Amino acid sequence: MNLLLTILFDGITYASWLFVVALGLTLVFGVLKILNIAHGSFYAVGAYAGASLVGWVLSMKVSPALGVVALVMAAVGVAALVAPLTERGLLRMFYGRDEVLLVLVTYALFLMLEDVMKMIWGVNPYYVSDTYQAFGNIELGGLSYVGYDILLIGVAVVCGLITWWVLNHTRKGKIVTAVIHSPEVASSMGVKVSRIYTGAFTAGVFLAAVGGALTAPMISVQPGLSVGVIITSFAVVIIGGLGSIEGAAIGALVVGLARAASVHIWPPAELFSIYVVMATILVFKPEGLFQRTQARKI
Amino acid sequence: MTMPTPYFPPLSAARLLSTAVLGFVLLMVFGYLAPKWMISLATLALANGLVSLGILIMMRSGVVPFGQGLVFAAGGYAAALAFKYFGVRDALLLCMLGGMTGLLVAAPFAPLLARYRGIFFAMLSLSLSMVLYGILMKTDALGGSDGFNVSRPTLLGMTAPEQRPEMLLWGVTAFFTCVLATLVRLYCNSSRGLLSLSVRENELRVEYLGSSVVNIVAWNYVMAAFLGGVGGVLSVLALGHIEPNFAYWTTSGEFVFVAILAGQHSVLAVLASSFVLELVRSFSSAYFPNTWQFALGLFLLLVIRFLPEGLGSLMHWRQKSARN
Repeated sequence: MNLLLTILFDGITYASWLFVVALGLTLVFGVLKILNIAHGSFYAVGAYAGASLVGWVLSMKVSPALGVVALVMAAVGVAALVAPLTERGLLRMFYGRDEVLLVLVTYALFLMLEDVMKMIWGVNPYYVSDTYQAFGNIELGGLSYVGYDILLIGVAVVCGLITWWVLNHTRKGKIVTAVIHSPEVASSMGVKVSRIYTGAFTAGVFLAAVGGALTAPMISVQPGLSVGVIITSFAVVIIGGLGSIEGAAIGALVVGLARAASVHIWPPAELFSIYVVMATILVFKPEGLFQRTQARKI
Repeated sequence: MTMPTPYFPPLSAARLLSTAVLGFVLLMVFGYLAPKWMISLATLALANGLVSLGILIMMRSGVVPFGQGLVFAAGGYAAALAFKYFGVRDALLLCMLGGMTGLLVAAPFAPLLARYRGIFFAMLSLSLSMVLYGILMKTDALGGSDGFNVSRPTLLGMTAPEQRPEMLLWGVTAFFTCVLATLVRLYCNSSRGLLSLSVRENELRVEYLGSSVVNIVAWNYVMAAFLGGVGGVLSVLALGHIEPNFAYWTTSGEFVFVAILAGQHSVLAVLASSFVLELVRSFSSAYFPNTWQFALGLFLLLVIRFLPEGLGSLMHWRQKSARN
């Protein structure tokens, strides 16, 4: 029973930050129709920026718990700086091109950001575990849970709810939905589509960066972070169905639980359990769990 | 904007054969004239180019596999294990073994994968390669995460010349490249190859006309797997080492990027693009050791920006100019 609870909690914790990152990926795909490989780099930039800012804030002898505010602020800073620069300065040049070419553009950006991060932060790892420990442990049912992990789960729920609410219950959200369905018609109705693109991309980058920043206290922030995250995020959105918030949530849970189960039951399977699950789901639901099957063209 | 239809101009069998022979002779002459480092680089480039040729075949039927690392690693490991444990040292035999292993590994999945399109095809093929990666990483008998080394191969009983040991493998690579590229070129203009283009344009129409789309895509995948397996063997022999990274998604991604970088206008463009990419990577890491990825990314962006139909469009442009 304890093993089951541990797997469940570890899985949900892993799913929480992964959901936040995947939510950004699925949002950018939904609005801009770009499968953004550089999304993993934005996650890594968020982690680096968060670690740097927390390090600076904690050097002023404030409570380590305040580090969380610094982490979120770092993500806001990354989104405000990097997203408009990328979307307006680079991606805009390639809109309307073949989807595969756009993937290649984001791959090129991913390669460039790998070196940019090394230039800014070097190759030595950053540790900011003070913030992770600041929330203590919580005893529940005879098991001890890390307070920061519970906070992370809360943040993921809030991010998901806010995104869902904005998209479904606000005027802005309805405009975004209109742009998703037909940018041309939305444009003819007076919607500034380019602004919607910039806004959606910025929101996507923020979600990637906040996912990275909030995981920074749990890991050693070092080169190579982006490679693993991007492919796992892709797995999440593919399992759930591209462009679906509910799908991203379920996908993240499936991936998180699969990984946690393999770690605790059969550790050698950790490296490939996610892919086995993804392949199995795709065999039975070829377009993901929450995607309607597309009609074939005649 | 969509990509233009990649229709290859018709070429008679005699002309194709003479081009292949000429290509082989030129590659051998290049081998004798070029410095050793260039031959090593070109061997790797052609080996990777063969895998990307397989992706070209797939792309002509409208799908992009992101998991060719599966067959690349399967072929490479099969040859490396045969070399290490069974004493098979002949490069030709090893290449055939690798190609057949790639084909046999891919064949059971081909009918399944052929039902998928777009990102779902890419991710399903990727997941297969990542499962192999995970298994290879955790299997100590196969060298685990470190992999294992392979020494120099022989050719029909001959050992590599002491003065230019890289020439033996270069000869084998040039031979396989010319033969397989010729076969791919022949296939692309065959009725089945042209049907692949129709699948990309409108698969429902192809089915109305009585052909099986799943069958076409599945066979294309199996052919691409053979090319991937041979590429894997040549890479192992060129590097003298094999490791699980052969199956990692970034390796698969690079093959796709070479294919996209080349465009779909010519078989030769794929091999040339692979060589250009290796050259850029090699020079970037030599002259900008800390920023070589930045340089490579910038190069990719410039190519996409100014040659949106790939490096192959330069050849296409020359053909169009000649026609005009």
